[in-house]
Amino acid sequence: MRDLIWLIPLFPLLAFCAIVAFGRRLPGAGSYVAVAGIGASALVSIGLFLEMLGGGPPAQLSLRWMILGEWPLDLGFRVDQLSALMLLVVTVVGSMIFVYSIGYMHGDPRFPRFFAYLSLFAASMLLLVLADNLLLLYAGWELVGLCSYLLIGFYFERPSAARASMKAFITTRVGDFFMFLGILLIFLHLGTFQFEEIFARVREGALSGATLGGVPLLTLVAVLLFGGAVGKSAQVPLHTWLPDAMEGPTPVSALIHAATMVAAGVYMVARTYTLFFESGGQTALHVVAYVGGVTALMAATIAVVQDDIKRVLAYSTISQLGLMMLGLGMLGYTAGMFHLMTHAFFKALLFLGAGSVIHAVHTNSIKEMGGLARVMPSTYWTFLIGALALAGVPPFAGFWSKDEILLETFHHSPVLFAMAALTSFLTAFYMFRVVFYTFGGTLRKHDAHPHESPPVMTRPLWVLAFFAVFVGLVGAPAFGAPIKHFIEFEGIKHVPFSAGLALLSTGIAGAGIFLAALVYHWKVIPASGLRRAAGPLYALVEGKYFFDEVYAVAVVRPTLWVAGSLRKFDIYVVDGIVNLAGVAGLRVARLYRVFDLYVVDGVVNLVGWMAKAMGGVLRYVQTGRVENYLLAIALGVIVLAAAGLLR
Amino acid sequence: MELGLAHFLTTSALLFCLGLYALLTRRNAVAILMGIELMLNAANINLVAFNRYVAPAALNGQIFALVVITLAACEAGVGLALVISAYRRLRTIRVDEINVLKW
Repeated sequence: MRDLIWLIPLFPLLAFCAIVAFGRRLPGAGSYVAVAGIGASALVSIGLFLEMLGGGPPAQLSLRWMILGEWPLDLGFRVDQLSALMLLVVTVVGSMIFVYSIGYMHGDPRFPRFFAYLSLFAASMLLLVLADNLLLLYAGWELVGLCSYLLIGFYFERPSAARASMKAFITTRVGDFFMFLGILLIFLHLGTFQFEEIFARVREGALSGATLGGVPLLTLVAVLLFGGAVGKSAQVPLHTWLPDAMEGPTPVSALIHAATMVAAGVYMVARTYTLFFESGGQTALHVVAYVGGVTALMAATIAVVQDDIKRVLAYSTISQLGLMMLGLGMLGYTAGMFHLMTHAFFKALLFLGAGSVIHAVHTNSIKEMGGLARVMPSTYWTFLIGALALAGVPPFAGFWSKDEILLETFHHSPVLFAMAALTSFLTAFYMFRVVFYTFGGTLRKHDAHPHESPPVMTRPLWVLAFFAVFVGLVGAPAFGAPIKHFIEFEGIKHVPFSAGLALLSTGIAGAGIFLAALVYHWKVIPASGLRRAAGPLYALVEGKYFFDEVYAVAVVRPTLWVAGSLRKFDIYVVDGIVNLAGVAGLRVARLYRVFDLYVVDGVVNLVGWMAKAMGGVLRYVQTGRVENYLLAIALGVIVLAAAGLLR
Repeated sequence: MELGLAHFLTTSALLFCLGLYALLTRRNAVAILMGIELMLNAANINLVAFNRYVAPAALNGQIFALVVITLAACEAGVGLALVISAYRRLRTIRVDEINVLKW
């Protein structure tokens, strides 16, 4: 298996090429090919994962790309425990979503294109995960960004979707810019992109003394790299694109904007964890932790007031990504990655469930839904499992990983722990608000005729539900928490499991669910009263903390103004100069034409006319009478003779 | 008055001019031939006169004059033959009416 790692991204890439080339003529209009591609990758990934479980050195595959001056550039794949886990998540969750998409996208006019994009995304994501150097990682990073752009804008006829795709692309590009600066700084000082070499040099203290503009270089590099993660993983302040990205088809939201691509930021921080860990005073880790904590709490509060089911899940994703960052920042290397894995399964499940619901009632608003539990049992039960997992109820997956993060945070920072705990409470509350609105009560949209989705959609839900229930057990202390031995970072001691904290976190989740039930199921507390009680806080949250508005005033409008001014400059000055040159050329040409017509042609005509005129005059000399000629000769002789005599 | 070279030359020149005038003005082919004859005789007078006054010992001039007379006789013969032939074919000896070779 170790020699086959290059096959993993190749399968989806081949599927992509085949669908682009043959499209509808392929079996299942390309969908079967795409599923086969990701399925083959999943098989290889599972085999690789099982092999890595037995321990052993990482699988490595490297190729000399080129030699840049004195620096050789190697491109290669490397599978260690971290990337093996990530590969497993991407391919297994991806396969389920691919299968689900066959049902969800059925009848779409651009059906093959959708699967082509999905396959390209899978190939790019796997490339990102497998990369053994920053350069290749960055390439994969940008490729998934491109696929994200293409898939958010899949329904590009809708202006909102077109805008959302542009917003996502540009916003993440801001983060990528910082990340690229970080990569360049590393290359500038260490002359290599290879992770292993960089980490070895950093551990030796290669960058520890250096500063740049008064900032310790290593901290600066780590924070710059984290900037990329902030963009990609939708952390504050670059989180605004992710809710808008819900304009894309729901399977895309599940795959890219919940399970895999947005988790790439977390993965990248984990991959380059050495840089963060070794930074002076671990400042970089504190930055990660605080950004993550603030994001988690802020997004959770916004999720409470959203009515669009996909937007609730989107803010929930932002919040959970914040929790992962918080875990990584609080030295919970294992906890962060563990939560990434469990989150991928249950959030993909929730999104697919939401997609199934939207498919049935043709609306995104949870206030128009209701009573769907009876007509859509499969969707209901799997969604409920996902919600319980996200809320952190034992023994579902989310409980174990979230508990790990809370545990790490509790040990290192009480303030952040309070934020994380509040986030957990809000998470349970908003998830069950959605569950009660969607599946409880009676249907509020009267023209809808909901029905259960076809098996091609519900079966992936059950598979993911299975994972959402059981995958967390790999972190359960009762089973020896094998994840802690599998994913670990050298130099960090695991915080021991605390039953009290686990009980507390269960209590928090339970309280959230109970409050949601009070408000939305039993309706003991009226929702409007809750709104009024929150007062200005509600307005703040309802306005999503006005990030979009501030950006519109501070960034978008000035940029547009500058662009508009440049456009005017272009139209009036640059075009003016060009047009002036053109007009001047035309005028000069006209002048030349006149010169040609009257001077050059005149001279030529004059020569012709003169020859003609001379001929006209001289032809009278030729009389045809011999006497005349003879007289001329005689006169000539006399003249010559006279001239000779007179001389 | 002594008869000198100048008198001969003057006579010869006048004779030549008469011949030339005839040649230029006559339309009759026979008259033109007679003009040519006059001019040839003017030349003969010149030759004989120069022989007599310039180099009396030599006979070149006189012999040359005899050659010219012979030539003139031939020329007159050929010329008259042409005139008669033209008259027979064209019923005219006026040179301006003999124009069949003109285009």
